[in-house]
Amino acid sequence: MTVTISAPYRNDTPYPFCPGCGHGGILDSLDEALRSLALDPSGVVIVSDIGCAGLSDQYFSTSAFHGLHGRSITYATGIKLARPELTVIVIMGDGGTGIGGAHLINAARRNVGITVLVFNNLNFGMTGGQHSTTTPEGAITATTPGGNLEHPLDICGTVGVNGAGYVHRGTSFDTDLAQRIAEAIAHPGFALLDIWELCTAYFVPANKATRRSLEATIERLGFGRGVLFERPVEDYGTAYRAAAAGLPPRSRPTPIAVEHSSPLVAPLSLLVAGSAGAKVRSAARLIGEAAIRSGLWVTQRDDYPVTVKTGHSVSEVMLAPTPRAPVGGGVPDVAVVASEDGLAKVRTLLGRMSPDGLVVTLPAFAGIASPAQVSVVDPAAAPGRVPRASLSLVLLTVAMTRRGVLSAAALRAAGAGPFAAENLAAIETGLALA
Amino acid sequence: MREFIDGNTAIVRAALDSGCTFFAGYPITPASAILMAMMRELPRVGGVAIQGEDEIASIGMCIGATLAGARAMTATSGPGISLYSENVGLAIMGEVPLVIVDVQRLGPSTGGATTVSQGDVQFVRWGTAGGFPIIALSPSTVPEAYALTAKAFDLAERFRCPVFLLTDKELATTLATVDLDAYPQVAVRSRATGEGGPPYRFDPVDVVTPLHEFGRGTTVRFTGSTHDEAGFITKHLPTVDALNRHLIEKIEAHRAEIEMVDADLEDDATTLVLGYGITGGAVRAAVATARSRGERFSGLVLQTLWPVPETAIGAALGGVQRVIVPELNPGLYRREIECIAGGRTVIGVERIDGELISPEQILAAVA
Repeated sequence: MTVTISAPYRNDTPYPFCPGCGHGGILDSLDEALRSLALDPSGVVIVSDIGCAGLSDQYFSTSAFHGLHGRSITYATGIKLARPELTVIVIMGDGGTGIGGAHLINAARRNVGITVLVFNNLNFGMTGGQHSTTTPEGAITATTPGGNLEHPLDICGTVGVNGAGYVHRGTSFDTDLAQRIAEAIAHPGFALLDIWELCTAYFVPANKATRRSLEATIERLGFGRGVLFERPVEDYGTAYRAAAAGLPPRSRPTPIAVEHSSPLVAPLSLLVAGSAGAKVRSAARLIGEAAIRSGLWVTQRDDYPVTVKTGHSVSEVMLAPTPRAPVGGGVPDVAVVASEDGLAKVRTLLGRMSPDGLVVTLPAFAGIASPAQVSVVDPAAAPGRVPRASLSLVLLTVAMTRRGVLSAAALRAAGAGPFAAENLAAIETGLALA
Repeated sequence: MREFIDGNTAIVRAALDSGCTFFAGYPITPASAILMAMMRELPRVGGVAIQGEDEIASIGMCIGATLAGARAMTATSGPGISLYSENVGLAIMGEVPLVIVDVQRLGPSTGGATTVSQGDVQFVRWGTAGGFPIIALSPSTVPEAYALTAKAFDLAERFRCPVFLLTDKELATTLATVDLDAYPQVAVRSRATGEGGPPYRFDPVDVVTPLHEFGRGTTVRFTGSTHDEAGFITKHLPTVDALNRHLIEKIEAHRAEIEMVDADLEDDATTLVLGYGITGGAVRAAVATARSRGERFSGLVLQTLWPVPETAIGAALGGVQRVIVPELNPGLYRREIECIAGGRTVIGVERIDGELISPEQILAAVA
């Protein structure tokens, strides 16, 4: 194809549409609307997708993106979010409102400042006249030979009740179409025009459709014509930037200084088994940070079910004098059991531990079967009441202290971060019980 | 100074350091932490992050944002990659730079959301229509997750294509100790914005025209349909052929720029242990254990999965007689090794129960 670019919006290539098809008239109205707004063609992006209407961008000398069926609104959303100053116009067919229905609703709800022109010819033209989401009840199409049984989608009502900034329904025959398109483009929020038209290849011959019958169908369905919704809303991307203006700079994790030491000379694997929601992972992490402060290299691997505050929560912490990648299959050297859920998950591993190993647990689990030394710690013996969410950290502090792996100073330093009061209290309890 | 961080966090940091200005994603375990961190951080650096209504919208928004000047990333897991499929094809055809993180979990279907897997290694290669080449990288440690994320952004720009970063539940969520000096310095490749000229070039066949962004003073056309260099749909046979050969050759002719491995080779090795991703830890440990027993082992941990790093694998094969390929899937990548292993014995070590492969399990395969 040889394309001649002519100023400013349409190029000189003739439309490829069937005789009598409404698409060409709508595109002429779009051209007229763009001329009336006098926008920089390079700053206008026409986003099209699939079907006869999807060919439209090729007849314009603006910027353009031709994407996948029903997804044009998602591309347009990305373009507009990245560059709110661009004018982004989506050209889609009624087919796209079905396959891309979720995108239509959500772009309207967010008020992404794009303009959507639905070339609504009530059927799939390019693929052979199949019914679409907007085919009226009773209409004959290639896939509804006995008449369509489905109620047609009210595109305007759908986006309108979900907050769209500007919503208009008309036909390709309307003399004010260019003016309405220009209004829609000028509107800062999400704007949509549902433009009914005739598909002369399929819908017209199968249903004897005319301009008059199109208008009568809109009337019969009670869908309404003209500007149906108009709200003073802001473009989402513009609002996003305004909201971002007061945010602090990018956050960065606090580096951990090595300022303590550990006598550990060989890797030590530590298993913490408790219940989800009982701060097992955060307790394990705190121990890990204390070990890093002591010059050790630590990995922490967590296992938990898909549920949030029920079931087990198990952390495997490897402490080593040199860096080690996490690998599977390890039996722990030291284990902490803080709940029935945790015990159920790790019972087999506890049974495979070495006699040199250590299990630290609560009185309720004193009968744990393990070749390792089972050490029972009773939080009731502590000076103050120990909250359930602190049990893992108390038991871990006991285990690490009894093994002589981490110093009290390293544990206290690691505990002084977020939630310092609770963590330091648990560490002191553990040190007292050890 | 050191830190205690997981793979998801390293990926977010690398993305921000690589100039990522746009993220769209949909919540899914075990990738959600990337979404949440990008939602928190991107507005602070002048970027935009959005939670799409689904995965299709998320990758679609990334594609649009890239064409409008952003550097975009999205992150999901296997079920989300399924929904990305059609737009991965669009990004290939439209030559749209994009980084796609796949935090693999056990499949098929929703499978095991909190369970490790390497089950998507062939899926990302063949998961969209047409069979055209893609680039996929796979880190095996947290510092590599940082380095390869940065590399993924660079390759996406260099070759104007989607680049997959394949991690998994364990690498994504396992905390590791990292020395701050272990992170490489990141250089951000510039784009040829505002230069005009055609948005696509197919001649010479392997040369990639830098991305011309929307709204830089000249009109630009992009399309996912078969097109000419100006971005217009065409059925002109020589043009169609030139386009499609370009999409292949821009990657195939430059494999040396893409293929990365971590090789630990012994000259007289008889056994090669070859792995990738989270299994790389067990590969390295197994090689160390075998050598401590006096056995002659080489280790190769692939960082590039696609294109298959055939040159580096060929060099590692050398005089070895057998290759052990451990994978958390039913031997999916082993077939690539079998294609280039000549007469050598290729032994698969596979786990599909959601637990990691241990070094002992690797060594037991040849005991």
